[in-house]
Amino acid sequence: MSQDEPVLSVRHLRVEFPTRHGTLVALDDVSFDIAPGEVLGVVGESGAGKSMTGNAVIQLLEPPGHVAGGEVRLSGRRIDDLAEDDFVPLRGRHIGMIFQDPLTSLNPLFSIGGQLIETIRTHLPMNEKQARVRALELLREVGIPAAEERLNSYPHQFSGGMRQRVVIALALAAQPEFIIADEPTTALDVSVQAQILALLKRLCAEHGTAVMLVTHDMGVIAETADRVAVMYAGRLIEIGPVDEVIRNPQHPYTRGLMASIPGIEKSLDRLYQIEGSMPRLVAIPSGCAFNPRCPHAQERCRVVRPDLMPAGAGRAACWLHDPVDPLPRLDENGRKEDAHVR
Amino acid sequence: MCADTAIRQAPAPADGDVLLEARDLARYFDVSKPWLNRVLERSEKLSLKAVDGVSFAIRRGETMALVGESGCGKSTVARLVVGLYGLTRGTLTFDGEDISDLAGRTGRQAAAVRKRFQMIFQDPYASLNPLWRVGTIIGEPLRFFRPEMSGAARRQRVGELLEQVGMSPMDANRYPHEFSGGQRQRISIARALANEPEFMICDEPTSALDVSVQAQILNLMRDLQDEYGLTYLFISHDMAVVKHMADRIAVMYLGRIAEIAPADQLFATPHHPYSKMLLAAVPSLEGGGKERSVIQGEVPNPVHPPPGCAFHPRCPHANERCKAEVPALIARVDGSEVACHGVEEGRIE
Amino acid sequence: MSQHTQPRENDGPAAPVVPPKPGRLKTFLESDIVYSWKRQPVVILATLVTLILFAAALFAPWIAPQNPFDPRQLELIDAFTPPMTTSDFTGNFYLLGSDSQGRDVFSAILYGSRISLLVGFAAVIFALVLGTALGLMAGFRGGWRDALIMRIADVQLTFPSILMALLIFGVIRGFLPRSMHAEVAIIVLIIAIGLSDWVQYARAVRGATMVEKNKEYVQAARVIGLPAGKLLFQHILPNVMRPVLVIGTIGLALAIIAEATLSFLGVGMPATQPSLGTLIRVGQDYMFSGEWWILLFPGMALLMLALSVNLLGDWLRDVLNPKLR
Repeated sequence: MSQDEPVLSVRHLRVEFPTRHGTLVALDDVSFDIAPGEVLGVVGESGAGKSMTGNAVIQLLEPPGHVAGGEVRLSGRRIDDLAEDDFVPLRGRHIGMIFQDPLTSLNPLFSIGGQLIETIRTHLPMNEKQARVRALELLREVGIPAAEERLNSYPHQFSGGMRQRVVIALALAAQPEFIIADEPTTALDVSVQAQILALLKRLCAEHGTAVMLVTHDMGVIAETADRVAVMYAGRLIEIGPVDEVIRNPQHPYTRGLMASIPGIEKSLDRLYQIEGSMPRLVAIPSGCAFNPRCPHAQERCRVVRPDLMPAGAGRAACWLHDPVDPLPRLDENGRKEDAHVR
Repeated sequence: MCADTAIRQAPAPADGDVLLEARDLARYFDVSKPWLNRVLERSEKLSLKAVDGVSFAIRRGETMALVGESGCGKSTVARLVVGLYGLTRGTLTFDGEDISDLAGRTGRQAAAVRKRFQMIFQDPYASLNPLWRVGTIIGEPLRFFRPEMSGAARRQRVGELLEQVGMSPMDANRYPHEFSGGQRQRISIARALANEPEFMICDEPTSALDVSVQAQILNLMRDLQDEYGLTYLFISHDMAVVKHMADRIAVMYLGRIAEIAPADQLFATPHHPYSKMLLAAVPSLEGGGKERSVIQGEVPNPVHPPPGCAFHPRCPHANERCKAEVPALIARVDGSEVACHGVEEGRIE
Repeated sequence: MSQHTQPRENDGPAAPVVPPKPGRLKTFLESDIVYSWKRQPVVILATLVTLILFAAALFAPWIAPQNPFDPRQLELIDAFTPPMTTSDFTGNFYLLGSDSQGRDVFSAILYGSRISLLVGFAAVIFALVLGTALGLMAGFRGGWRDALIMRIADVQLTFPSILMALLIFGVIRGFLPRSMHAEVAIIVLIIAIGLSDWVQYARAVRGATMVEKNKEYVQAARVIGLPAGKLLFQHILPNVMRPVLVIGTIGLALAIIAEATLSFLGVGMPATQPSLGTLIRVGQDYMFSGEWWILLFPGMALLMLALSVNLLGDWLRDVLNPKLR
């Protein structure tokens, strides 16, 4: 696998939901790459389109939603235009999937070992015996104690954290080059969360697997992701190295989001709050989708939608960072901070 | 909501002004199979000790938080306090009055107590009757506690309440499904405020909300506390939220309190090994990319809790005594209370 | 009217004006139910057929050329007149022919559907009220009441409902003197069909009640101290009625067929007050002797009625069940 070529490359992805009130644009011009061994965190609040992005990539959109534009490439091969029958073999073999609720990924009627062996044999040329050995290896790798005995256990006999370990083993079974993890630890307690994230990160680094980690939890992103993509109202508004985005967010929304998170290091009387709420898909404002809530919004923001532009160590979709003619920031009173005094 | 920073009220008054006192609260749930199955399968009766000997006191005007992982019994404690469940054992005293029998009380006797406290729930989608207009929902406590109030006066009050939680009086005519999660939680808060309670029990009020909405709701709850001198029992699994909201924190594990301490002190010098573990497990934003210290093991099944100190299988300091003997909550000179043999013996810092 | 699709602002000053309530009719016309209805021709057709049949049954005395229940109006001499024929003897026109008593089949169908619908509706309401009440009690109180009610329901479910109705029918008739049988036939039918049918309402309501009673809005009302009665009737009952109404609609079709079956078997409505089932029973004697219309037209009427009501019920179930959408 060449180191330069991204494992996953998404360009101008657009997802539409036709409804009787008109067509909703659920994802609008989303582009990003994920390199081998890299963990890209996709973060956003509910309705921002983060899960939608993952589902669009693996063609699991709920009808009537559909990809209406753009392209998705996996290891250079275009996959967004594949028919469902051609896509099915990709899932599991080339794309591993980890969802929030481990029980949706595990069949309650089959033993853990049976499911692992079946997955391995579906995707890899192995006989029963080889697959069994591989299944044991996998279970040990994900830290299931007494793997040999647990092979014959059923999903309900495992605790939540152990189940999610099994799901990770299943996702890794065929050594896919890409894994989508959609809120993998949201259903788990904090102490278990840390175990699962550390495991996921270590295994993917070892195998050189690219990971798209979809979550609402900035803390999870902070300790797991290499880069982070921030979504708002179906658009990607900021992308960059995780430390930079968290310490020095460039987009006013990311900045507000970071400031509104209570932290155990912080000691504040009031949390910063972004006024209002994310627009519904039926009523996305023109220009920058964040403009009605943005403290720096000016005329251009209300009219022209900004593309991602270089900002700090990453890129942000905000006119404050326009390389040609950046807008001045406004202070609390709505006056321009720069020297442009009339 | 205005963006200016409100000054926090002075810390809670002295020990004398205790609003709610819980002593040795316990609640067991019968989780055994139906009688016929038990007879056929020769299985024993099973009881789940959701809460087993919890004692704490909440002073007027303060925010006391209960934290812990799922299954630790924190939500059960909230429901015991408001009388949604009856007590298996223990006593509850509210403003000097014994309310241990609240769950069984009816009529006037119950209303006299119940109108003084209210509860805010976790799930903003389930906590409002979907068939009722928002105005009817918020007016429900008023219709019940103040039947003498006229319809017009009640509508007026509902409009005021909606404005108070940052919404419009016009919203009274709409149905819950027309609102986002954050707005519904505001409606819940308006309903809780309707009868001007003194004491609010908040069961994970923001854990179903996005962080930016969470900030709005937490700020609102603080503003209301400052304005009305409310006392909060705040239940959460999120250490950062608890740190932000609470004056004092009780850490729960498997139905018991592991440690109670003033918030700042707990975060600076936690004593109980479980408190230390919980704090270490909080993902850090500032450290960007640092590994959390990974703790082994998971919360055991509460139907079959480990003997002795329930935490001993996960505790690095556990010895024979911890496996055999349940530690009692012991007050320390620094103002904290800790239930740990190791701390008591001085083995653990 | 103003448009309601604008985004809502969380905060912001608003004048305390009492706004007009949104028009109920408009809200209804814009609802998903109406939208779904308009897009399904089969459902529209079923609705039309149902409405026509209901109206025909309701206004039978004004539409029907004769009252088939009144022996004095029957012309024995006109017996077995084929459809679309004017009698040579009396000059009466028989749209769908006449039967062995000279009874106009068209009128008999109109009056017969009246009885079928009356029995159907009454039996459904009887079963619905009984089942909902028992289901609420079982789901809300739990414990031994729940166990008792649901075990009875289980036992009853092991018998086919028509057998159950036959049994109940037989028992009730056994207690009554023979002379009263014809008079009380309709009430006995309603009770028999209703009693054989309450189980599904009780089960649906019990399940929904157990879900609703643990929802936080009910707990919030309990924190206030709302007594159990108010909890049940203000909060829980309205929220568990959806499945009940759906089962009721489908149950109506089943009750109509159950009534027809009982009458066909000769244990329902007497030949002097024929329902659709009675008409079919009478008609089958003549099927092979050339008088096919006596069987065919009541049969078709029953089929259309049961089918269209059933289609409506199925559609309602799909529309009201969020899981299937």
